[in-house]
Amino acid sequence: MTTAGTRTVGVDLQESSEDNRRIIEAIERDNPDCRIKHFPGLIKIQVPGRLVVRRETVEELLGREWETHEFQMAIVTYYGHIQEYDDDEIVLAWDH
Amino acid sequence: MAKKLPLKQRYAALTRDVHWDPSYVAAEKVFPHTTFEGIKIHDWSKWEDPFRLTVDAYHKYQAEKDKRLYAVLDGFAQSQGHLTLSDGRYLNAMKLFLQGVTPLEYASHRLFADLSRNFNGPGPRFAALCQSIDELRHTQTEIHTLSNYNKYYPGFHNWREMHDRVWYLSVPKSFFDDALAAGPFESLIAISFSFEYLLTNLLFVPFMSAASFNGDMPSMTFGFSAQSDESRHMTLGLESIKFLLEQDEGNVPIIQDWIDKWFWRGYRVTALVAAMLDYMLPRKVMSWKEAFELYFEEQMLNGLFPDLAYYGIRPPRHVEQAIAEKDLVSHQVYWTLYQFGFAAAFTTTVPEPSEMEWLAQQYPDSFDKHYRPLWNKAKRIQDGGDRFFFQGLPELCQVCQIPMTFTEPGDPTRIAQRASVFDGERYNLCSDGCQWIFDREPEKYRQAWLPVHQIYQGNCGGPSVPEVLEWYGITDGDNGEYLGSVEHRHWQQWHAQQAEQTAPMGS
Repeated sequence: MTTAGTRTVGVDLQESSEDNRRIIEAIERDNPDCRIKHFPGLIKIQVPGRLVVRRETVEELLGREWETHEFQMAIVTYYGHIQEYDDDEIVLAWDH
Repeated sequence: MAKKLPLKQRYAALTRDVHWDPSYVAAEKVFPHTTFEGIKIHDWSKWEDPFRLTVDAYHKYQAEKDKRLYAVLDGFAQSQGHLTLSDGRYLNAMKLFLQGVTPLEYASHRLFADLSRNFNGPGPRFAALCQSIDELRHTQTEIHTLSNYNKYYPGFHNWREMHDRVWYLSVPKSFFDDALAAGPFESLIAISFSFEYLLTNLLFVPFMSAASFNGDMPSMTFGFSAQSDESRHMTLGLESIKFLLEQDEGNVPIIQDWIDKWFWRGYRVTALVAAMLDYMLPRKVMSWKEAFELYFEEQMLNGLFPDLAYYGIRPPRHVEQAIAEKDLVSHQVYWTLYQFGFAAAFTTTVPEPSEMEWLAQQYPDSFDKHYRPLWNKAKRIQDGGDRFFFQGLPELCQVCQIPMTFTEPGDPTRIAQRASVFDGERYNLCSDGCQWIFDREPEKYRQAWLPVHQIYQGNCGGPSVPEVLEWYGITDGDNGEYLGSVEHRHWQQWHAQQAEQTAPMGS
């Protein structure tokens, strides 16, 4: 059986705005193993084991302050379990 | 100005800290609904909302989402956006969406308002309250978005009444009626987990991506916006199921039964989505089979279920049947809609040759062998000036209410049919999954409002087709064949005018 660390988790994000492109770039930078698929209007990001969205990286790329709650403006859907959602990062991973 | 609290503390202050335990009324009297299903909760405070959503953040971001949607709607209306759709046929998928899905959002709003009142713990109560508001907002934005098309095309005018009356709409309606008639925890597993976490991606994600691909920016925007709320709703479902499984060992078998029941119930509702993806979109993004493999098999069966195995939960009963049907289900459903299109509030037509090629590529094991011959035959009949409509009423499944159109496991040429006898009466079922559901609760499903039975009993306006259509609120032009229909003629006229009005280059 596969373990929580090898099964993929992922998010689907809207490819709608300059902000979202920066968020996608930040996720790519912080998750080097990620795989990206393009659909009309939509980007699917999948990572084995664990996906992290880091506020600092997003802020650096956006050039402004960014609250993790703002991620709700970009996300369409996800799979995995939200293990952490605080001011600094959002982490998706399976538990078991 | 005082510094804002960190997210975790703010969440605790605005949910846990505003909760109180009743002192002069017994807790069982304030919350009477959370015990009768047999679920045991020992500590409600263990329920966590990973989004840590608070009322201030909720309003701020929801208002921003609405602003963006309304900006897209304004731009689309002002620029005659409906003329840039891929094809007039596309709108039939949106009619089915408006008739079938929008009233479900409203039903869901009612359900979550009820749950936010009846749950004992502050965490799930607040999450349910936010979801209730989301669902009401989705109802409004979907009506508002699609009302723009009502100015130009038929079939958008009477969806609310149609939802209560028309045969194919009893499929989604009965699913929510069933959930709303269950206890609070069963309805939560039904909607938040089985439907939203396991299955809504199949509806909202590839379909809304397809809306974009077919030039329908307003629908794409409301769809992605709705689904971004869905990511919170899915979390309510996932957190709740883990919470319930962790609270008491005795909850595990009860929840397994609900997962088994509601997976199959929800899967049957998505059969309509399968037909929309493969047949009702002129420009296709992803086949039903691909969507099912990606969003259900890969993400849920291979991702989520190994996680739930830790608690002793196994994949849903009858799931192997759903996997086996992925080559067949969209063709079987759309063929049924094509045959009964005279009694539907949308139009259907034979797929174009290029679409048949696409279907053959997507379904190499089934399309050319079983379904292309049917469409070729329908085309020959149609070319001869005699569009084929089935004259008669189909037998419906007592549980999912879909006409008996699905085939035996392993034999795509033989219609599957099951029957159970309860209290001296025979009830017909479309599959092992629906029969298993019926046999668990025959007292509930014997009460199903089956459209065909109601017509026979004289409750639908009269015995003839025109009388029933009038009672449905279907008017001439809403239904039947697409080629030559009102929407087809409008589409051609407007595009011809546009071509005439465009000055040729170099003149």
